Amino acid sequence: MKNELVLLKGNEAIAHAAIRCGADGYFGYPITPQSEIMETLMELRPWDTTGMVVLQAESEVASINMVFGGAATGKKVMTSSSSPGVSLMQEGISFSCGADLPMLLVNVMRGGPGLGTIQPSQADYFQTVKGGGHGDYKLITLAPSSVQEMVDFVDLGFELSFKYLIPCMILADGVIGQMMEPVTLPPYKPRRTAEQIAAECPWAANGKPAGRYRNVVTSLELDPAKMEKKNEVRQERFRLVEATEVRYEEFLCEDADYLIVAFGSAARVCQSAVEDLRSQGIKVGLLRPITLWPFPSKVLSKYAEKVKCMMTVELNAGQMNEDVRLAVNGKVHVYHYGRMGGIVPTPEEVTEALKSHL
Amino acid sequence: MAKIKGAIVVDTARCKGCDICVTSCPFDVLRMSREVNEKGYTYSYMLNPDNCTGCASCGLVCPDGCIKVYKLKV
Amino acid sequence: MSNPIIQPENLVYDKSAVLTDNVMHYCPGCSHGTVHRIVAEVIEEMGLQDQTIGVAPVGCAVFIYNYINVDFAESAHGRAPAIATAIKRLNPDKLVFTYQGDGDLAAIGTAETIHACNRGENIAIIFINNGIYGMTGGQMAPTTLLGMKSSTCPTGREPHLNGYPLKITDMLALTEGTCYVTRQSVHTPSSVKKTKRAIRKAFDNSLQGKGTSVVEVVSTCNSGWKMTPVEANRWMEENMFPFYPLGDLKDR
Repeated sequence: MKNELVLLKGNEAIAHAAIRCGADGYFGYPITPQSEIMETLMELRPWDTTGMVVLQAESEVASINMVFGGAATGKKVMTSSSSPGVSLMQEGISFSCGADLPMLLVNVMRGGPGLGTIQPSQADYFQTVKGGGHGDYKLITLAPSSVQEMVDFVDLGFELSFKYLIPCMILADGVIGQMMEPVTLPPYKPRRTAEQIAAECPWAANGKPAGRYRNVVTSLELDPAKMEKKNEVRQERFRLVEATEVRYEEFLCEDADYLIVAFGSAARVCQSAVEDLRSQGIKVGLLRPITLWPFPSKVLSKYAEKVKCMMTVELNAGQMNEDVRLAVNGKVHVYHYGRMGGIVPTPEEVTEALKSHL
Repeated sequence: MAKIKGAIVVDTARCKGCDICVTSCPFDVLRMSREVNEKGYTYSYMLNPDNCTGCASCGLVCPDGCIKVYKLKV
Repeated sequence: MSNPIIQPENLVYDKSAVLTDNVMHYCPGCSHGTVHRIVAEVIEEMGLQDQTIGVAPVGCAVFIYNYINVDFAESAHGRAPAIATAIKRLNPDKLVFTYQGDGDLAAIGTAETIHACNRGENIAIIFINNGIYGMTGGQMAPTTLLGMKSSTCPTGREPHLNGYPLKITDMLALTEGTCYVTRQSVHTPSSVKKTKRAIRKAFDNSLQGKGTSVVEVVSTCNSGWKMTPVEANRWMEENMFPFYPLGDLKDR
């Protein structure tokens, strides 16, 4: 039981990490640019080793509902897809949030809207952090910017999801999914036993022993007072997550006059741009939100007192930009630089964009 | 030869007066009440209790599980 | 009033202990109640109350979990077979069944139903076909008969406007994954007994891993059909059974 250093694609890393973290099931439907996740699982055949179930569903609608079913019995289950597939899953995601089910979702984003492109994008930010489906809900959203984080966030995602009974989304993009990096794989964690599940998930519908009231996993409640209460309890959990689980990374922010805010693959580009700008004597820092929800609003608000302006860099038309503007509440101007259509900006483009706001 | 006698007890609070048990009884035992229960439904009762054989046809078709059936060889 | 026959030792028929004491919300005479009752009886007779996980549909039977005292997952509309697929695969020793109406199974959930059956998931599917949407107030279902009136085909279903009634159970019998496909009813004592045997067989198949079992129950919706319960039973015999004939479609 030791760590292992290997060279993997981001998508492959998700598959390895899932098996190693003791996941019980994966249900998915092929879609570019993330099909390697299920392909890797099928090649690794975890049902022969850990007993993990892997199933190719007939659609994303089915796969998210399979995840709902597995999660309803207290199992550690997950799915993955890319933007159009995740749109199809919104019904099941809303129902899962309504039933307070823990699960891991992975979106390796591609450009849209519609069929869009198979090239990388970050245009599903709103869909992920603002709801996506119907009803008042949130997804714990982790944005990896390296293949190592693809590995690490699988275990972390399950942990947070089971802790707060909120589905967790790993919001990656085609760059992180497709690129190869050396990664350290964690040791194998055993799958939980039936006794552990019964103890950790007393709400799970996995067969009613005599003496226990039947468990019903449902998002339905027709009594308005009870339904409001259910929502209030959920909102309290959201506030708790916002208070305790914010994660972000700061790069040369301490003395910065200008702050770039970027997540995922865009943050990698921005790191080079920051180094380049620093070499030109411009004091720029990079703040990389790791959790997109809960959003690192407090720290951004703190930097709003110190910097001259901020600029978000995203592979979209400026979605996270709105959350940064909410966080700084008008104290500084928050510019946006983004590319769409599957185009990833170069560090030079980011450097020029920032310099245009000096 | 032993004769079989039957009887039923209807949970009148649960009964919705659908009449299906009445039409399913092979021995014309049952009728619907004139009175209504708390919910405003009529309910079935044994009009001809001596005809009942405890065959449980009424219980089998009852959609609401309101009927207990008793049977005795006498 | 005291009847000497009414003694505990003479009790020969009562509702199952697996059925809760909650009064069902269904309209008087609704077939759902009868099917719920016998599902509970079968679970009790098999001694599987602690091993059963049901999947509830969207439709009139959405509250089945208030009546059958086993663990339940409540599905999105039509997705019950997908949910049951994962429950069974992750909990292979459990008895897993779905309970679905015609809108749930044969319209919005057609894909999930066909593919679960085609994969041969070891689940039992109980399918209530009353040819109408009950919960939403009597709209046309995929199984509504030609000429049959509903609130969205008020002058009767016409094929050029509304298409044809769907014999989805026949389609499911064609999938390789199904082991047992049958069409039954619950309007008479003998039909109730047959349906109960069919559900028992479907549940046995689920536990034995023989593949998917589908028990269609041709049913009434007397409120939606705008008839008394007794009239609805007669109308079903005269109109539904000729198009949806009762009997086993597949048993292997």
